[in-house]
Amino acid sequence: MELNSKSPDGPIETRWERHRFHLKLVNPANKRKYTIIMVGSGLAGGSAAATLGELGYNVKCFCFQDSPRRAHSIAAQGGINAAKNYHNDGDSIYRLFYDTVKGGDFRARESNVYRLADISVDIIDQCVAQGVPFAREYSGYLDNRSFGGAQVSRTFYARGQTGQQLLLGAYQALERQVGNGTVTMYPRTEMLDLIVIDGRARGIVTRNLVTGKIESHMADAVVLGTGGYGNVFYLSTNAKGSNATAIWRAHKRGALFANPCFTQIHPTCIPVSGEYQSKLTLMSESLRNDGRVWVPKQKGDKRDPAKIPEDERDYFLERKYPSFGNLVPRDVASRNAKMVCDEGRGVGETGLAVYLDFRDAIKRLGESTIKERYGNLFDMYERITGENPYRTPMRIYPAIHYTMGGLWVDYNLMSTIPGMYVIGEANFSDHGANRLGASALMQGLADGYFVLPNTIGDYLASEKFEKVDASHPAAREAEAKVNESVRRLLSAKGTRTVDSYHRELGKIMWEHCGMARNANGLKTALQQIPELREQFWRDVKVLGTGEELNQSLEKAGRVADFFELAELMCLDALERNESCGGHFREEYQTPDGEAARDDEHYAYVAAWEFAGAGKPPVLHKEPLTFEYVHPSQRSYK
Amino acid sequence: MRITLHVWRQPNATAPGKMVKYEVPNVNPEMSFLEMLDVLNEDLIAKGEDPVAFDHDCREGICGMCGAMVNGVAHGPLPATTLCQLHMRHFKDGDTLYVEPWRARAFPVIKDLVVDRSPFDRIIAAGGYISASTGSAPDGNTLLVSKDSSDRAMDAAACIGCGACVAMCPNASAALFTGAKISHLGLLPQGQPERDTRAKAMVAQANAEMFGSCTNIGECEAVCPKEIKLDVIARMNRDFIRSSLAGR
Repeated sequence: MELNSKSPDGPIETRWERHRFHLKLVNPANKRKYTIIMVGSGLAGGSAAATLGELGYNVKCFCFQDSPRRAHSIAAQGGINAAKNYHNDGDSIYRLFYDTVKGGDFRARESNVYRLADISVDIIDQCVAQGVPFAREYSGYLDNRSFGGAQVSRTFYARGQTGQQLLLGAYQALERQVGNGTVTMYPRTEMLDLIVIDGRARGIVTRNLVTGKIESHMADAVVLGTGGYGNVFYLSTNAKGSNATAIWRAHKRGALFANPCFTQIHPTCIPVSGEYQSKLTLMSESLRNDGRVWVPKQKGDKRDPAKIPEDERDYFLERKYPSFGNLVPRDVASRNAKMVCDEGRGVGETGLAVYLDFRDAIKRLGESTIKERYGNLFDMYERITGENPYRTPMRIYPAIHYTMGGLWVDYNLMSTIPGMYVIGEANFSDHGANRLGASALMQGLADGYFVLPNTIGDYLASEKFEKVDASHPAAREAEAKVNESVRRLLSAKGTRTVDSYHRELGKIMWEHCGMARNANGLKTALQQIPELREQFWRDVKVLGTGEELNQSLEKAGRVADFFELAELMCLDALERNESCGGHFREEYQTPDGEAARDDEHYAYVAAWEFAGAGKPPVLHKEPLTFEYVHPSQRSYK
Repeated sequence: MRITLHVWRQPNATAPGKMVKYEVPNVNPEMSFLEMLDVLNEDLIAKGEDPVAFDHDCREGICGMCGAMVNGVAHGPLPATTLCQLHMRHFKDGDTLYVEPWRARAFPVIKDLVVDRSPFDRIIAAGGYISASTGSAPDGNTLLVSKDSSDRAMDAAACIGCGACVAMCPNASAALFTGAKISHLGLLPQGQPERDTRAKAMVAQANAEMFGSCTNIGECEAVCPKEIKLDVIARMNRDFIRSSLAGR
């Protein structure tokens, strides 16, 4: 299979503009004759559904939650980047482009990243117009802050709830279209298969989560904006419902899956407190500006931290990275925390945590200054842990929180199945091997508001669509397949719950395909996962029926897909014999323990094709070329 | 910790429901309330009994999906805290807790603790937005917004749409929810052109959904996990009257 990225050439500054000019247009009066299915209602899906509705298309939008406003984009705290240069501090579209390509460790497509940076400024304007209450200066102008290692102030924010406010903006625009009749919302409805007719995506099979009804919805194009797959690890900062089912089932219908092993781990999360733990909560990275990270020098030292004298503490980041200290990038901070815990020097009941201590900052700046800077985060920490971080150091541990990999898309955001588009975290496109802070919101909205609504028209205008309905044999076949898988899950009548299997899968993945990977571990995982998967299908215990609200059944279907995706992630990690961004292979590091990239052999997108059940997937490569930002080594010492 | 739960069990919207007693003997004080329900459900499944259905998603207090009455209080006893962020250390060993779904005519029970909150979406669809189609916006800084307006708009915009206000109100009024959106948008200069029509349309929709009227009891403010203030209701009433007097 030839992967054609359709990436334009010529000067990068005008690629999107020229490309857009050459896209075919759908006559305004004809738009309502086209039906577009939108799966997912987060920043990408919600903004796309609203904008397509505004343009006049007939849109059907699906989400598994009870309302589109619940999508997990809502949990993003920090902010959204935009190259406005409002602070006259040297920012520019080119600089944001440069930072993003470099931050992604040179594993993203330059054309896409430039377009993202270019559109970033329009997103802020659009959101302001919608009434998103961004933080303001006393003058009334928009406020910015710096974030995630950037040397300029380009992050726009709405308190610690930027994701919530941007999502509500998109949700309100979406509801306006619902009121206008251009968008029909299908909440509590889950996509369980893609319908492909004559090689083109023409619909989806869904399950109504309240009644259990399985039915087909037909359309002229299908868009997936269903988010990332971090929940493969069971414990992550994702919402409990976040899942990979839509993208995975589309993958099995022919969409290539790109760079599945690129996952991001966030260093400052509240640690696991017991076996019952259901999810992990992220604390803003800004805490590392004033907090000092340490563990006891002595193995198994269970003393109260206040009783551990200064010379018995190991401030390991300051020791190993004297120039960056506690502010080393996410991947480095995470890996080092894991290392000291593996040595048996972790703290807290489980030994899987390190201290983040504000004692010295409080001494230096006073409690009131610290309260002003981090008050809401300290409150959140106390609510969850019951400990007062002004008195005793916080305990933190890294956690999975974003997946850079996803379905492969071309410059138009179309997958390898014609007529199926993938937007937001669900695609692989813009962040390479590592995403910068405050860039996820930017990408979701860029795709949804500005890119997809332009590119999808080109496909619709170029093709002829014969009328199809749910009686088509392809729809019948997909429905039958979904019914069969529901029946199998319900009839296993085994001994273990879905959650117990999910937790076990998560442990394998965290152990062997988490913060640090090596060939032996990955091979072990590739042996354990299929065994566990077979046991799952034989032995899972799902009560109730398929014709009612059945949350265990919903989970069972998602976990079944996580099993298959997990295997592909390990395979991809094993195949990529280099370290880059979030993918750290222990065999490939520099003498001082940093990631060693191999541009000569691995400067490509690994796009995997599903070859059929039980057959090994086929790897396709999209080579990456860097005309503007030349690959260089990242260093923090 | 040992906790005794009395949980509302109702198989579907039309079947009758009842309180059922469960013992949860193995509660760790570090668990969240929802994690305790997870543990109960794992035990129930092991025994071959139908697990308790409840809505939840982000489990960090921002998506607004979770919520239940705990001993008669929406989201339980801790102020400014959603059910998912309520931890068991705030209860005592041996406590008995009564767990019920949101109770309101406009929020029919779907199953156990799961209710239908779609009326909230329809209130927003009726006018809870600023009509700014994609692409039409001028530069963000051409419109100055005073920090005070912006901060107050943000206070109101913090609403997570969980429905605790409705559940706690003796009238089952949606005034706090509706008022919060009317205030958020009405406090901003961008929201002025549609201010009158918005208030009128949203209030009319809330009435059509059979939410009750507000009689200024204040239970909504007391249980709101995002501490939305009663002022938003005053603002809603003012905008509604203004729009009615404008005679359009």
